[in-house]
Amino acid sequence: MGKEELTAQETALYDRQIRIWGVDAQRRLSKSHILVAGMTGTIVEFCKNIVLAGIGSVVLLDDRLVTREALSVNFLVPNDEEKLKGRSLAEVCCNSLKDFNSMVHVSVEKGDLSALDGEILDKFDAVVIGRASFATKKTIDGICRKRSKKIAFFTVDCRDSCGEIFVDLQNYVYNQKKNDDNVECQFHYPSLEEAVAVPWNRLPKNVTKLYFAMRVIERFEAAEGRIPGETTAADISSVQQLRGELCKANSINESRIPDELLKRLLEGTREHPPVCAIVGGILGQEVIKALSGKGNPLKNFFFFDAKDGKGIIEDISSL
Amino acid sequence: MDTIEVSNLNRQFLFRQCHVGQSKAKVAREAVLKFRPNINITAHHANVKNSEFNVDFFKQFNVVLNGLDNLDARRHVNRLCLAAGVPLVESGTTGFLGQVTVHVKGQTECYECQPKPTPKTYPVCTITSTPTKFVHCIVWAKDLLFAKLFGDRTQDNDLNVHSADATNSSKNNEDISVQRDDEDCEKYGKRIYDHVFGYNIDLALSNEETWKNRNKPKPIYIKDVLPEPGMHQNGTNNTLDITDKSSLSAMHSLGLMNPQDTWTLAENSKVFLEALSLFLKKREKDIGSLSFDKDDQLSVEFVTAAANVRAASFGIPMHSLFESKGIAGNIVHAIATTNAVIAGLIVIEAIKVLKNAANSFRMTYCVEHPLKKMLLMPVEPFEPNKSCYVCSEMPLTLEVNTHKTKLREIVEKIVKNKLGVNLPIIMHGSTLIFETGDDLEEDMVANYALNLEKALCDLPSPVTSGTVLTVEDFQQEFTCSINITHREEFDDEKEPEGMVLLGLTPDLYEKPSKVATTEESTSMAPQEKPATVSDSDDEIEIVVLEESNRFAGSKRKLVETSITNSHDPKGKDGINVANDVGKLDDGHDDEVVVMKACNEDVRKKAKLV
Repeated sequence: MGKEELTAQETALYDRQIRIWGVDAQRRLSKSHILVAGMTGTIVEFCKNIVLAGIGSVVLLDDRLVTREALSVNFLVPNDEEKLKGRSLAEVCCNSLKDFNSMVHVSVEKGDLSALDGEILDKFDAVVIGRASFATKKTIDGICRKRSKKIAFFTVDCRDSCGEIFVDLQNYVYNQKKNDDNVECQFHYPSLEEAVAVPWNRLPKNVTKLYFAMRVIERFEAAEGRIPGETTAADISSVQQLRGELCKANSINESRIPDELLKRLLEGTREHPPVCAIVGGILGQEVIKALSGKGNPLKNFFFFDAKDGKGIIEDISSL
Repeated sequence: MDTIEVSNLNRQFLFRQCHVGQSKAKVAREAVLKFRPNINITAHHANVKNSEFNVDFFKQFNVVLNGLDNLDARRHVNRLCLAAGVPLVESGTTGFLGQVTVHVKGQTECYECQPKPTPKTYPVCTITSTPTKFVHCIVWAKDLLFAKLFGDRTQDNDLNVHSADATNSSKNNEDISVQRDDEDCEKYGKRIYDHVFGYNIDLALSNEETWKNRNKPKPIYIKDVLPEPGMHQNGTNNTLDITDKSSLSAMHSLGLMNPQDTWTLAENSKVFLEALSLFLKKREKDIGSLSFDKDDQLSVEFVTAAANVRAASFGIPMHSLFESKGIAGNIVHAIATTNAVIAGLIVIEAIKVLKNAANSFRMTYCVEHPLKKMLLMPVEPFEPNKSCYVCSEMPLTLEVNTHKTKLREIVEKIVKNKLGVNLPIIMHGSTLIFETGDDLEEDMVANYALNLEKALCDLPSPVTSGTVLTVEDFQQEFTCSINITHREEFDDEKEPEGMVLLGLTPDLYEKPSKVATTEESTSMAPQEKPATVSDSDDEIEIVVLEESNRFAGSKRKLVETSITNSHDPKGKDGINVANDVGKLDDGHDDEVVVMKACNEDVRKKAKLV
């Protein structure tokens, strides 16, 4: 990292945030490159946040066409039929996102997320995945962990008025301020695969029910070969059955995963905009921390439920 | 009424570079309509305290969401919402911290039930004679020196500008800040420098008493700092005709390019002289009417340099321009992410209000370091504070010297500042002793002007110990009574205002709180001295406790443990939003989070943006 100073334009634009994390962190941010897959409402909020913050570049991946639903949760999609004709979500969002900060390079990558290999991923310092199948997420996380370059991995998913963030920073070393000293701390993050494999009865008793509920839905979608998010109220009985099997296998009581919560997640597949803002904000902050190297990173799950209003961090690891 | 600035663009994403200078309200409206065309938005580019925004105006709404950046306006809106009976969702952020609170008349605390700290002030002598922190030097440079040299010369100013120089007996009463006819800018600059950093310090040192228990300052004269002639010569920009005043910069013309660097004493001195010179040569028209503006590069450079030389004199560490600007400009750090989180939470509360889901209102706190695993902590709102002078009309007591204190001081320091009244009407019984307003008759205005300059006991309707004054504001529909108690003496350091207002806070809040932040420079009237400045190392501390029986005073509703799971009607967009409490206390995974308001264990210093 050279000793180049920020330009006058950067200093003026980023003044208020430089006062939080300093010039060095800002510089590191401006040299960082991110891949973002799946332009959900939450992901769009996240993109807005990191573009405003002055990330180096963002590559968007989502070949899906724009739908009515997208219009209702995605503020990057303009309300203009002409502009949307024949263009993918990624293309439309890319156009809008560029406007937010001319110093950030925003572009589109076409194709399937699951088809990406290590060489392509090496271009990035972080990969952030919106809704995707568990298999895909697991695969990408696995590739990231195998590269010699450190690639941070994040997933985010919001359903009904709930949201979940997963963070994998592999072996993360950072400086923490303890009293007046700078202490070097190290976090060992489990992979996504490792984390969800931790037997449920080994987790602390107060782990939020949302964690378990999301795992049940995840398994259900995988077992049924569903596109992520394509569930309905009618699925409840199958899901309850799956819940029973999983709880038995993990030796916990079924009552830890209430029917009411499962129903909400099955029915509420469309995101709720204020929840997108909240979860997209937390995710944005985590990615900024990881890429700038400044600030205590979250380990390793974050949950939010507007129903009780709590934003909770859960450490799901086998330690 | 704000316009868009470049520094807003890192988070206020409805705005673009091309909008800088335009009305925030108008541009925001247009930006939103682009992605949500069919909604009704009206933009008012105006001050929310304007008389058009009266109770009837507020009554039009089902809910009010505040995004204000100063305490004064928030209190004003709070009172109007109380008067109109409209729920208010308040919020604020500072860096990684933020909170959202809901205020419903009669059901929850109002915004002022828990007093918010008013911006910090410093004792005059600390600023003029015995600074110990860098912020004192900034206040000196900004409110004394800068004001004296570039501001309204007729204003009272504590800076000593007289020289009791024996060799110049005819100029004994000369105001040194005035440029002499035959004097060029360089000479003038050096003369000012030597006077405020050299002569004034020597003068202060001659009073041994002051320095008995304090470190003595060192006088600084230009010849010692910049000994070589020509060292203070102007930089390279000099001959260019710079029409763009905002790009005028002393530091740049001296080759000092990095605002994050801390300059040496010599460099600061050069910046001081160069900035002064540039003001005189390129901005003569501004001189005499300038007030400090954090976005005015040259002003910031001058104040930084002046504060640093003074700091050097008093053995206080010097600071960079970047840091100085933050302190002098009361700059609050801010990022898009926290703002997004808080915005989302605001909407969630607003939806609850619109659905009349009274039991589900929450105050939510966003913290940087998780407390009990939580980054977002919801808390049930408290019931109204029965001692709140705003929503419960509790009377206050003012201890003041009724023989010496003028009515004007009561109006400025107490009524406007502490009580947040906008258009005060002060009565003694049925006698009006003061009013403000556009529709007053001339003789009334004259009468009130006379009253302002009288000591309380000398008023036509004498105010003495035992008098009860009534303070009102019709627009805010605010009324409050103040019991006056006479007291002879006040401590200069602990009670710098010379009066004490009681009943404003529960006793424990009387310890001075170190907070002051508003994005705009805070609202003290020009004759107030010194003005307010932020202390940059303040932080929010929220202590969360769970034992409800430790609450002193206010009864609070705790969350019910029974599960209420009524059918949730779907909104228009097919979204399920809980409109019921649901399960909040589930035993193991949902602990009730509860905040103490009135107990000595809690220290809650909140920064509001």
